[in-house]
Amino acid sequence: MVAIPLPALGSQALPPVPGAAAAAGLAEVVEAARAAAGRLPVPTPHDEAWRFTDLSPLARQPWQVDSGAAPTLDAARLAPLELDEAADARLVFVDGRFAPVLSSTAALPSGVRVGALAAMLADGGPAVREHLGRHAAFDVDFFSAVNTARLGEGAAVVCARGVQVPGAVHLLFLSTGRSAPLAIQPRVLVVAGEGSELTVVEEYASLGDSMVFTNAVTECVVEPGATLRHVRLQRENAVSFHVGRCAVSVARDARYRSVAVDIGARLSRLDHAVTLAGEGAEVTRDGLALLDARQHADSHTLLDHAKPHGTSRQLHKCVCDGGSHAVFNGRILVRPDAQRTDSSQQSRALLLSARAQVNAKPQLEIHADDVKAAHGATVGQLDADERFYLASRGLPADQARRLLTYAFAAEVIERIPVRSLVGRLAAQVMARSGL
Amino acid sequence: MKDPAATTLLEVRGLHATVNGVPILKGLDLTVRAGEVHAIMGPNGSGKSTFSKVLAGHPAYEVTGGEVLFEGRNLFELEADARARAGVFLAFQYPVEIPGVTNSAFLRLAYNAKAAAEGREELDPLEFDDLVREKAKLVEMDPSFLDRSVNDGFSGGEKKRNEILQMAILEPKLAILDETDSGLDIDALRIVAGGVNALSSPARAIVMITHYQRLLNYIVPDHVHVMADGRILKSGDRSLALELEARGYDWVTGAREAA
Repeated sequence: MVAIPLPALGSQALPPVPGAAAAAGLAEVVEAARAAAGRLPVPTPHDEAWRFTDLSPLARQPWQVDSGAAPTLDAARLAPLELDEAADARLVFVDGRFAPVLSSTAALPSGVRVGALAAMLADGGPAVREHLGRHAAFDVDFFSAVNTARLGEGAAVVCARGVQVPGAVHLLFLSTGRSAPLAIQPRVLVVAGEGSELTVVEEYASLGDSMVFTNAVTECVVEPGATLRHVRLQRENAVSFHVGRCAVSVARDARYRSVAVDIGARLSRLDHAVTLAGEGAEVTRDGLALLDARQHADSHTLLDHAKPHGTSRQLHKCVCDGGSHAVFNGRILVRPDAQRTDSSQQSRALLLSARAQVNAKPQLEIHADDVKAAHGATVGQLDADERFYLASRGLPADQARRLLTYAFAAEVIERIPVRSLVGRLAAQVMARSGL
Repeated sequence: MKDPAATTLLEVRGLHATVNGVPILKGLDLTVRAGEVHAIMGPNGSGKSTFSKVLAGHPAYEVTGGEVLFEGRNLFELEADARARAGVFLAFQYPVEIPGVTNSAFLRLAYNAKAAAEGREELDPLEFDDLVREKAKLVEMDPSFLDRSVNDGFSGGEKKRNEILQMAILEPKLAILDETDSGLDIDALRIVAGGVNALSSPARAIVMITHYQRLLNYIVPDHVHVMADGRILKSGDRSLALELEARGYDWVTGAREAA
């Protein structure tokens, strides 16, 4: 199997990926993305947006583009990842390919269509074709271009007008490491129709310890009056690379509530751009990076207030231990039209070791005059009073440290609107902290 | 003095301590035996709270002289957490809020840390739940407080009740109550004092640190000490507190100046 260098991943002529979209009327989009992928350079720290994130270890590595194996998995390995709230509302992808035998959407009410991209392009209604590739701008971003050029496997969730979906839809992207180093290009489209209500959990996880490069692009469309709750969880293994792009459009009086958690990967980068595209849109965007050893996680968010009376709330937390490095760039853009915007951003970082570092930067650009915009950023260590309080109750210092670290992270974890996932993450964080 | 032959729990001799290089304790002596209840009173700034934090092992306080023996052992050889496991308990004047840690998990970890140190069996969450619910009745605490974050959003009275609940869970040999009465209304004071009294035993000593005589109406001391300028100036029985209330701290501190 041929390995392809990163710069050529999107432009080189390759055999069609399974479920290739070209036949389904997106040929123009794919062709344009391929041209962009050939034209755009791999970002370097000389690019302002990549100042703190050096991709050279990723760029040096040639990548396989297809595992060549059937997308299957021992069900026992899947069981610990299942969510009670998403029983029979789950799509599983193994090494970049849709795994129908591991997936089930039997529990979903009529009015919500969840399926692999190819099937959804064929018969998922006009929304898929209308929105796919239209929100994540690939003409200026190398990674979006590569993903779009290789458009094929992925998931689409389309919720019809007024439909309330109980529980959650779980989109699970797993890598097994059977064929390494493997580059996968997951694609997700979520459309929450007018007045609908939907919860989507998008999860990326490694089952093996081989090197994987996940280059994921997600597009979410929240139509007027709809509520979309979106959890994005990245917990790939410590030798893998993860680049994610998430573009969200929130219409009039619609609500988008999102929590993004980065626990894994050697190097991860997430660009999450949310446009408040209609009046009265409400957005919460919370994030947590929990890093150790040599991990590097870079989170760039953009909350783009394009229309009046929008509300955005953001809490981003970083916990860095060992020699890890977290980057947070939180851009709030209030366009001239977006009067009566109410926005607030809080960034909190906890440094657990002298070698850990964080670069957190709020970036407010306000072009309207009647605006409430609050922001705050702190970087600190564990609180001495809290540590003494726990010590005075007999907790050994390392246990107190782990408990307080968990508590710091819990503020974000608790905001995940899926109880079983909160419990699972809490247990994981505790286990990782050795509690 | 209930029983002069009782075990000496705490022996403080010539204790000196500083905070940020400023001397606060200047030669403090105190002996506490098992089963005794002591009250340390004194004006603001006399060093009462510093004394309690030095005993508990707060890292901001530096011991610069003297010694403290707990059950005959040098207390300062132990870190704060080891002191707690050895049976020293400080009820904080300002209990610390810890958002994100549930009260029940916190109490269980504390219980198990001590149980492990004593070679007793640790309790799982279900077993511990039975214990903590029973103990919560002692301070009339609603079980819903167990599911909330430690002290987070608790009223002043609820925090103090939570301190006494922790004391009940940890069953210390020496409990130091730092201004446990401060900020309490009369009902809360009655509940907190009731909890403390229920926990008093011949094996346990209690040292109350308070500015006001009021608390001593609820928890009756065997010994009352007056502290000023970093040392104990006068010791007596319960009547000393009443006299203090009648005559004010100037009576003791002024007497010292005259001497």
